[in-house]
Amino acid sequence: MNELLAGIGDAFSLLIALDPDLLEISSLSLQVSLTAVLIAAVIGLPFGAWLSVSRFRYRRSAIAILNALMGLPPVVVGLIVYLLFSRSSPFGVFNLLFTPTAMIIAQTILVTPIIASLTHQTLRELWFQYHDLLISMNASKWQRMKTLLWEGRRGLLTASLTGFGRAIGEIGAIMIVGGNIDHLTRVLTTAIALEVGKGNFPLALGLGFILIAIAIFINMAVHILSKTEREGTW
Amino acid sequence: MKRIFAASLIILNGLCSAAFASDMKLAVTTSFHNSGLSAILLPEVKKDLDLTVHVLVVGTGQALNLARRGDVDAILVHSKKAEQRFVQKGFSPYRREIMYNDFVLVGPSLDPALIGRTGNIGEALTRIKSSGQPFISRGDDSGTHRKEVSLWKISGFTPKKFSKHWYKPVGAGMGAALNTASAMNAYILTDRGSWLNFKNKQELKLLYWGDEILYNQYSYLPVSTEKHPHVKMTEAIELENWLTSSKGQKMIAEFRIKGEQLFVPNAKSSP
Amino acid sequence: MELFPLTLDKAVVRVKGSQLLGPVSCRISSEGLSVIMGPNGSGKTTFLRLLHGLERCREGEIEWGDMGRREAMRSQSYVFQSPIILRRSVRDNIVYPLRLRNVARAKAEREAEKWIREVGLEERMHLDARNLSGGEKQKLSLARALITEPRLLILDEPSANLDGASTRDIERLILLAKDKGCKIIMATHDFGQARRLADDVLFFHHGTILEQGNAQAFFEQPRTLEGRAFLRGDILI
Repeated sequence: MNELLAGIGDAFSLLIALDPDLLEISSLSLQVSLTAVLIAAVIGLPFGAWLSVSRFRYRRSAIAILNALMGLPPVVVGLIVYLLFSRSSPFGVFNLLFTPTAMIIAQTILVTPIIASLTHQTLRELWFQYHDLLISMNASKWQRMKTLLWEGRRGLLTASLTGFGRAIGEIGAIMIVGGNIDHLTRVLTTAIALEVGKGNFPLALGLGFILIAIAIFINMAVHILSKTEREGTW
Repeated sequence: MKRIFAASLIILNGLCSAAFASDMKLAVTTSFHNSGLSAILLPEVKKDLDLTVHVLVVGTGQALNLARRGDVDAILVHSKKAEQRFVQKGFSPYRREIMYNDFVLVGPSLDPALIGRTGNIGEALTRIKSSGQPFISRGDDSGTHRKEVSLWKISGFTPKKFSKHWYKPVGAGMGAALNTASAMNAYILTDRGSWLNFKNKQELKLLYWGDEILYNQYSYLPVSTEKHPHVKMTEAIELENWLTSSKGQKMIAEFRIKGEQLFVPNAKSSP
Repeated sequence: MELFPLTLDKAVVRVKGSQLLGPVSCRISSEGLSVIMGPNGSGKTTFLRLLHGLERCREGEIEWGDMGRREAMRSQSYVFQSPIILRRSVRDNIVYPLRLRNVARAKAEREAEKWIREVGLEERMHLDARNLSGGEKQKLSLARALITEPRLLILDEPSANLDGASTRDIERLILLAKDKGCKIIMATHDFGQARRLADDVLFFHHGTILEQGNAQAFFEQPRTLEGRAFLRGDILI
């Protein structure tokens, strides 16, 4: 209990002092996870929409696999990305290992199935609702996907935020491909693990509270911004 | 949609091109990093050589693996046999001894196995085993883990055959293993630096040290440019020269935690 | 390319094994307002969906003049029984079919505003369309259907559940489209509405057409027993 209080205390003193290291790792956390979510959305949203409006032979299996991929183990993804980008590997020449880019790639792989699957689940319902209208109006497949994505925008925002939640709190993959290098690839989660390793629980907890606060802040900010977009009448 | 894509590309690009004037990647062991010595030395390296050293904190096993694949430019590890094999296979041109510290046995402050009064490490380990008190092993193939296994073997035991009721390999880094030990009030082998810097000691106490066999030699191994032409050999050698210079060696000797010296520098003038 | 005559030859529609319509044979000409009548479950909606290309024949044939199914669909508009409204403003709903046809936004919006005035939704223009009343939603559906200037307008009970005033507005809009030369086919349960609007009638029962012909003749002297019973208001099983 005392340690929890000390953690809260540490979180506040870090925040009040605007500790430059804290700002650096927090902003890298945000940069990496937001970029990963953005890329994952660019891939996952259209793919999920495509799955909802397409009928093909192995559709059911594809959906089952996609749903299963939502639970990809981060450490395994990290290891695979590491092995792909290691200097002795096919993509080694890009020299991306232990850079934020490698972390973004790993997190994109983790988040894309989540966004795609949740998109599919949301848009499947909408497709049921708008199927007749869109067919009647002769919308092309691409137009159907675009319309459903727009109609489902609110649910898709939640899907993307779910992906963000997974990314910002993730450690297994970015520890391996980022390496937790000070001032280069250290983010909140890897810094927390480091402090736990040193037995420095209050500081670890403090960083943890800051991580949670950032996640809450992003969620609220997105919801407030998107509601004001159109007089809150979705 | 197009705009989002373009924006993400720009961000990605920005991250990719975060290049540095002069830098290198050094994989070090947890025990070295947790001692806090790197935080003292690296700013001086930056000042003297204008060289930014990116430190990856991993176990010896992973450090050797990173070096073997050419993902780092040099490593600072402590596992003599593995290092010699590594050099033999040509992954590194040589190993250069930098300094040593020592391993210690930590355990419950009441010391139910009575290891505090033993004469050598073999006796201490035997007492722990026969007492049935819990013992935490790193179990992660790190330098410290390998050392621990070899100590058991010297004392005539095979850790693989130990009952898991008291012998618990946790498969984790030094810090995590120490956390487990303090949570279980168990015995554990650790390096002195990690122990002195560890903040979650609870009921644990330093109980046994001093046997010469517990000395822990740290060596510096640059990665071979023959295997990996891209590695930054120049920077790696610059760092090596600094660490073995009189200034570097003096700083290592003067490093103190709570008034205690942690590392004894022992670099020879040439590799 | 011509959509008419629209002919069905022993057409049968089956969905998952159950027969919803047919066999049905008929010929629909390019003019006038045809009303589809018949009890619930007699196949009216399936017939309309078949005409629009939303359902396919399992047996028999359907021909849209010399057009293929997709072209035929493009030259028709369909107003569903319960309005399907997109989650956007009234104007954006009406603009939507033009945007699907790649009409420039500014032009599409001008066109939409014309129709919004026509159906009397000016004050609702920028409102979320899902907040409209039932009557307003149906007017929106009509405006959205008419903005593409279809050759054939199909309506499935357009004024079901609407009050008198809304029904009158809807009928005015239907007649307006008819005056512009658009062929109308609509299903309705409202005898008054059928009498007011119909040029000819197709009377459905158990998935087939029992009577087809001049509206006045049907209402004054139905040829079949079922037709007479239906018009009397008896319960047809």
